[in-house]
Amino acid sequence: MLTILFDGIAYGMLLFILAVGLAVTMGLMNFINLAHGAFAMAGGYLTVVLMQRLDVPFLICLPVSFVVTGLMGAFLERTLYRRMYQKPHLDQVLFSIGLAFMAVSSVDYVMGSQQQIMQLPEWLKGRTEWWDGALGMGHYRLFIIAVCAALTVALQFVLSSTRFGSQLRASVDDSRVAAGLGINVNLIFALTFAVGSGLAGLGGALGAEVLGLDPTFPLKFMVYFLIVVAVGGTTSITGPLLAALLLGIADVAGKYYVPKLGAFIVYALMLLILLWRPQGLFSRQGGK
Amino acid sequence: MKVTPSSHFQSQLLQASRWKWQEWVGWILVFAAPWALPSHALIVNEMAIVALFALSLDLVLGYAGIVSLGHAAFLGFGAYASALFAKHVMPDPVIGLVWGMALTTLLGALCSATILRGSDLTRLMVTLGMALILLELANKLDWLTGGSDGLQGVLMAPLFGRFEFDLMGQTAATYSLTVLFLLFLAVRHWVHSPMGATVKAIRDNRLRASAIGIHANAKLAVVYTVAACLAGAAGALMAQTTGFASLDVFALDRSADVMLMLVIGGVGWLYGGLLGAVAFKFMHDFISSITPQYWTFWIGLFLVVLVLVGRDKLFKPWKWGRP
Amino acid sequence: MQKRHLLKSLLVGALLSSAGAMAQDKFKIGLILPMTGPFASTGKQIEAAVKLYIAQNGDMLAGKKVELIVKDDTSAPDVTKRIAQELVVNDKVNVLAGFGLTPLALATAPIATQSKTPLVVMAAATSSITEASPFIIRTSFTLPQAAVGLADWAPKNNIKKVVSLVSDYGPGIDAEKYFKDRFTFNGGQVIDTLRVPMRNPDFAPFLQKVRDAKPDAVYVFVPSGAGAALMKQFAERGMDKAGIRLIGTGDVTDDDILNGMGDVAMGVITSHHYSASHNSPLNKKFVEAFSKANGGLRPNFMAVGGYDGMRVIYEAAKATKGAGGQALLDAMKGQVFESPRGPIFIDAQTRDVVHNIYIRKVERVGGQLYNQEFETIKDVKDPGKTR
Repeated sequence: MLTILFDGIAYGMLLFILAVGLAVTMGLMNFINLAHGAFAMAGGYLTVVLMQRLDVPFLICLPVSFVVTGLMGAFLERTLYRRMYQKPHLDQVLFSIGLAFMAVSSVDYVMGSQQQIMQLPEWLKGRTEWWDGALGMGHYRLFIIAVCAALTVALQFVLSSTRFGSQLRASVDDSRVAAGLGINVNLIFALTFAVGSGLAGLGGALGAEVLGLDPTFPLKFMVYFLIVVAVGGTTSITGPLLAALLLGIADVAGKYYVPKLGAFIVYALMLLILLWRPQGLFSRQGGK
Repeated sequence: MKVTPSSHFQSQLLQASRWKWQEWVGWILVFAAPWALPSHALIVNEMAIVALFALSLDLVLGYAGIVSLGHAAFLGFGAYASALFAKHVMPDPVIGLVWGMALTTLLGALCSATILRGSDLTRLMVTLGMALILLELANKLDWLTGGSDGLQGVLMAPLFGRFEFDLMGQTAATYSLTVLFLLFLAVRHWVHSPMGATVKAIRDNRLRASAIGIHANAKLAVVYTVAACLAGAAGALMAQTTGFASLDVFALDRSADVMLMLVIGGVGWLYGGLLGAVAFKFMHDFISSITPQYWTFWIGLFLVVLVLVGRDKLFKPWKWGRP
Repeated sequence: MQKRHLLKSLLVGALLSSAGAMAQDKFKIGLILPMTGPFASTGKQIEAAVKLYIAQNGDMLAGKKVELIVKDDTSAPDVTKRIAQELVVNDKVNVLAGFGLTPLALATAPIATQSKTPLVVMAAATSSITEASPFIIRTSFTLPQAAVGLADWAPKNNIKKVVSLVSDYGPGIDAEKYFKDRFTFNGGQVIDTLRVPMRNPDFAPFLQKVRDAKPDAVYVFVPSGAGAALMKQFAERGMDKAGIRLIGTGDVTDDDILNGMGDVAMGVITSHHYSASHNSPLNKKFVEAFSKANGGLRPNFMAVGGYDGMRVIYEAAKATKGAGGQALLDAMKGQVFESPRGPIFIDAQTRDVVHNIYIRKVERVGGQLYNQEFETIKDVKDPGKTR
């Protein structure tokens, strides 16, 4: 059904924006960052606070959350994350879980544990129906798809057609050789981490309306981000994009057509894909 | 007497596998605890179960080098298997324990096929996925498992027909400690055996190990299965001593908590899981009696500091700050 | 002679004083709540209500000092059971209270029975809980009570075809079953029953399915946090414009977060046992005192369960002069009193709560959203037991 497809695409695009930062960080720095969800949560809460307490319009909140979480990411990267790059994966997992716990608790303390409710501006609240209801498109989901599509195009452009993009791709493939060629790998790491976190923050702000927002957000959704990254592979951004779309559509369609199986579908699908292609569905050979 | 290089290594290995007096004292104290401190028998029981679970994860993580976020799958499977056995077949604890372990070993053997390929992230996700799928299964099959209300009414017969599971928890604690000790002995023996050495070799350098003819995949599958068996035992103990089984035995928190315990105690070291479990439980109890709502913050902080400082240097503060 | 007399009196004196020291000079209440995790807001509300009651009624009971021990069970049943066991064995509490979720209460039931400690359930709402132990008393509510109230009201108000949408766990399944049975009995038709997984982030596909089935109304039950998301997606999907009404049990318009839901919640009809806007002097006092003590927080049905639970404990303890065990349990049974929710009594046979169920509509009063009661169904017993 077209509406379900539409909803699935919207959900998938949202997941992509949330997870793309994680995918690139993993591919680039080989760092498993389980605190990625905390940046998303930060973006969401920032937007809620700005809108509720300071009456900042929604459209302004979006770039603000991007920039602020990006800066937070850059700061944390320089101070804490940098020391963790050479450590084994287990340490990275523990470190990022620790950070996630701290973030969850602090937000709980400051903002309380209940769900945060956001009030969208009027022009985003509508719905358009085509073909007598066969395709119903909520305006907010249309907005999400539009924003995420634009971001994806921009990201792909940066990656493939700019100097920074090719330096980034070189560092992902082999950071030692890239450094040997004179590329400032540290700067690339910092910028990439910042942009990745910023995108997560933006995703959190966009998603608060659809996914809900409470202090346990990072832990709840971490699994989904990891699924996107594991299935999509970490060597490109089209991989996670396709994986996120697949995940979104499978989840929504699954719950619609076979509600008894609900959450199964996503996990079973992921398991099967990973058993068939352990490097992820879309990785290039030779990537990490 | 001429000391050849090989006999030197031999005596070194033998030395490592001998019991030290500290171990003797430690175990005696541990077994005395439920009787000397009866008001703490319950938490001793809980620590014993969780220590066994941590020991099983140590096999997977420390000795085989597999990062697993879904080890609770085996804990939960063992718990439900034994609980259902006690409820529908017979309430004898020991037979139920063996049953739980056997079934979980089968599950482990099946799952071991899934963790052999792919990167660390793949394995992380596959193990996590298994645990989550089992969780959903247990939820759906609520006619069997009680669904989200949990499987209630698991009444255990007295142990060996004589020792009742009392309210104080002393029988439970001694039972759990005995099972833990016996399984610990088995693992200890195994770790110091040629098989154990092989697995450690694979962990340290897989390529080299394969080069000298070790079938890495087969050995890893065996380790994973053995670890599943132990985790199943822990789950069975949990179901039997608490009298029920509920869905959260499969939850991500269980897998994550046990990983924390193992890390605190020290990975790759037999007593790591045991000491880590005890330390974690103490920390949890202590911190949450002070601040019941925000204890995750302090655990998080502890983790971050632990990793930044260096896991092996936690108990040597004079080494902090040095790379 | 005098020496012997002195020795005797010393001995008697020593015995008496040691007996006095051994006797409990405190009345201990073990409060086990989910203070962390997804149901932390339940824990917060109940703790606040309990502390309010103690503040209002003093901390001396029948000459003993009340000691409240609050423990977090992180919503894990084996932890709840262990904490309850420790409270009973080590701290020797006179009564166990709290219990945010059904599995937690069920797991602890054997402890109550074995140790003869009364267990007051202040939050959990599945019917079968009070049958798990003869020592359990409930002051919260049961889902069947709320469901049945709505199933009686709906057919009289032009709602003939309904799709039921509940969260897939104990209370949800109870809510679905009792609504369906009563609604069908009253001549209505439940076209489809959908169950949403607990960990679900997105209601969209389920609501889409509801929409495609074209019922007169959709009957929902979700735990208190998820109500906001559900309402928003309901509006987003244009369901109200398609002529589908939203009815449900009061958990979906939980007072805790109702005001933040905005206009999407307006007009939603729910059935429940408590609304913060209930028009009685006792309730007004309660709401005001609660708000003041908790930074403007509005009490919800969880809080009133805690508040009434304390009332039951206090009155029972006064009747038994601070003793516990079977006597305390018996003094709890059959209590009749006025609660902020309305009149309430604890049925002596089933040990469950009997109270009014109100049909309410969400309206804006004085700039804030409230569940305004417009119909009352008196003295509803738990249908789960009268079978």
